[in-house]
Amino acid sequence: MSWHRKHLLTLEELTKEEILHILDTAESFKEVSTRSIKKVPALRGKVVANLFFEPSTRTRISFVLAAKRLSADTIDFSSAGSSTVKGETFKDTSRNIEAMGIDIAVIRHSAPGAPKMLAECIDARVVNAGDGTHEHPTQGLLDIFTMREEKGRVEGLNVLFVGDITHSRVARSNIWGLKKLGANVGVVGPATLIPQKIEELGVKVYHDLDEVIGQFDVINLLRIQLERQRQNLFPTIREYSRLFGITGERMRRAKPDVLIMHPGPINRGVEITPEVADGPNSVILKQVTNGLAVRMAVLYLVSGIKD
Amino acid sequence: MAKKRILIKGGRVVDPARKIDRVADIFIEGGQIRNVGSMNYQAEEVIDATGLVVAPGFVDMHVHLREPGDEGEETIASGSAAAIAGGFTSVACMPNTKPPIDNEASAEYVLLLAERAGGANIFPIGGVTKGLAGKELSEIGQLSRGGAVAFSDDGNPVSDAEVMRRGLEYASMFDKTVISHCEDLSLSGDGVMNEGYVSMVLGLRGIPKAAEEVMVSRDIILAAHTKSRVHIAHVSTAGSVDLIRRAKEQGVKVTAEAAPHHFTLTEETIKTFDSKYKMKPPLRTQEDVDALKLGLKDGTIDAIASDHAPHSEEEKDVEFSFAPNGVIGLESTLPVAITELYKTGLLTLIELVAKFTSNPSAILGINRGTLGEGASADLTIIDLEREWTLDSGRFKSRSRNCPFHGRKVFGKAAYSIVGGKVFKLD
Repeated sequence: MSWHRKHLLTLEELTKEEILHILDTAESFKEVSTRSIKKVPALRGKVVANLFFEPSTRTRISFVLAAKRLSADTIDFSSAGSSTVKGETFKDTSRNIEAMGIDIAVIRHSAPGAPKMLAECIDARVVNAGDGTHEHPTQGLLDIFTMREEKGRVEGLNVLFVGDITHSRVARSNIWGLKKLGANVGVVGPATLIPQKIEELGVKVYHDLDEVIGQFDVINLLRIQLERQRQNLFPTIREYSRLFGITGERMRRAKPDVLIMHPGPINRGVEITPEVADGPNSVILKQVTNGLAVRMAVLYLVSGIKD
Repeated sequence: MAKKRILIKGGRVVDPARKIDRVADIFIEGGQIRNVGSMNYQAEEVIDATGLVVAPGFVDMHVHLREPGDEGEETIASGSAAAIAGGFTSVACMPNTKPPIDNEASAEYVLLLAERAGGANIFPIGGVTKGLAGKELSEIGQLSRGGAVAFSDDGNPVSDAEVMRRGLEYASMFDKTVISHCEDLSLSGDGVMNEGYVSMVLGLRGIPKAAEEVMVSRDIILAAHTKSRVHIAHVSTAGSVDLIRRAKEQGVKVTAEAAPHHFTLTEETIKTFDSKYKMKPPLRTQEDVDALKLGLKDGTIDAIASDHAPHSEEEKDVEFSFAPNGVIGLESTLPVAITELYKTGLLTLIELVAKFTSNPSAILGINRGTLGEGASADLTIIDLEREWTLDSGRFKSRSRNCPFHGRKVFGKAAYSIVGGKVFKLD
């Protein structure tokens, strides 16, 4: 198939074929990282701007490196919080950056919908690198890429998300992508951190991890933020990790070949104990490696370059 | 000019207060209605209303005029002009200005600016509490003397139940209604839209319907307990309609209003992330829209009010999460109501007109909303068949945050007449 989209804003809007096309393209880019000269000229002469209106380390570095491996020039823009704090609106900031002649804008922002707003106000192509608690499409893609690589398929896989679903853009993007590709998705976590309407996405809801852990091929752990405790969404970190933390003991109830995933950064001892994070079932670092290939594929495809 | 003798000929006169809906002439003299019937008086001005509806002047009982404090968004003069353009001859303005209308002098200031503007009648609503802070009652007696027609902390709820109880009791001494912005702040939190499927998909913080309904319940119970009148502003959920309906059946003195955006639009619009759909209470679901319409039909909801809330473009045209709440409606409410409620066959014309005239006038206790002999010559003359497209760029309001911009509608005010002063509209 050929690619027609100017932007990657959500996985909600992609078709199954489009998702598979990105995954296949990423596979060919993954090979580049194994060469002695880890660079291809695909985006030579193009400018990729990384607009990070919210702090990020791994996603930002991954996008910068992906752009460089495609031979693009890169600009880094970081601003804590909204630029409106400084009296300039988001749209004005965006237009200013575009006036420098950028081709692709990669945007991370705390407000859901900011990438869409950006795509509507500038001519450059836009890639969503995480917008608030809405979506994080490249993370969803790299998670699915990793599952496919490890398990050889996505269709029919049983995938469980553990923890704070309500505030997770990673869970949202994963759920859209996985459902489109025919996986079975479950979520487990405190009732206070699972949206009431989540079942309307075709997702099964559980609250007892030990009861269901054995059914799943993949367990994707979501980061739990201390802030949620202050909002009274769970009583203590201790109780959270007792109920929903993945420990060595709990792993004995899981399938022997279960994949343990985490979008990072991990809270050791909270969502996951060190023995599991560093154990044989963990593919947490492979996710990071695959992230690079997936982001190269996304930048390449949205650029509209045809070779 | 206001003393001119005016003859309005051949219009369909609709006066719900007197259950009139028939073709008749109206004669105005000295700023008052002199006669309704068939007549051939000598007049300095004759308005041919053939094919038009002649109604008592429309009353919008819930607007924010931003003056004093945010004159860039609206002034009493620009709000008055917007009211006239939208077919409203009277508006009641909420006290959440800077400073707020919470004392006699500030109410009189609003009336002074309204008189200078020389357009619509402006009726100030006073704060229930000082500074609208929800702690201590404002000087409700003095405010009434200064012209306040009702009391509300709108924009904020009166969160403290004891303060609300005392406010209701105290206001009833002056035969005034307390208008309640029903929102339990602990439940609405930092939500920016309705809590449900769409908020889940978009990752936007939700405001549960319960945030409104908990306080509607509380205020109904307090109104019953104090035997006072409470008016529920901007009802947005099916559950609230239900609570109000049952309370009315039990004889509680509760009235309610709905805004056009709530009975027309749903949370689906927010998939655009366009902040012109952001307000409080938020747009809900189709089920709620249907329940509001049913409530309008069976009389549970007494009035239609715009909740006109101007915001500057630079403030509003930002990320959805950061945009302020509120939409303007003075110039879209009448056509949207005609299109959604009358043209669809839901309400008869006399039922619709009552929601804009006799009912809000009764709730506010103002001597408006009827065409009876001797009444102030406030009239709205409407072309029901006029088909047009709402264009906020042409509004008289200083702000542009209208969720109905670009919508095709039926019905437009052809004349607004205030105390015998004729405003012919294009």
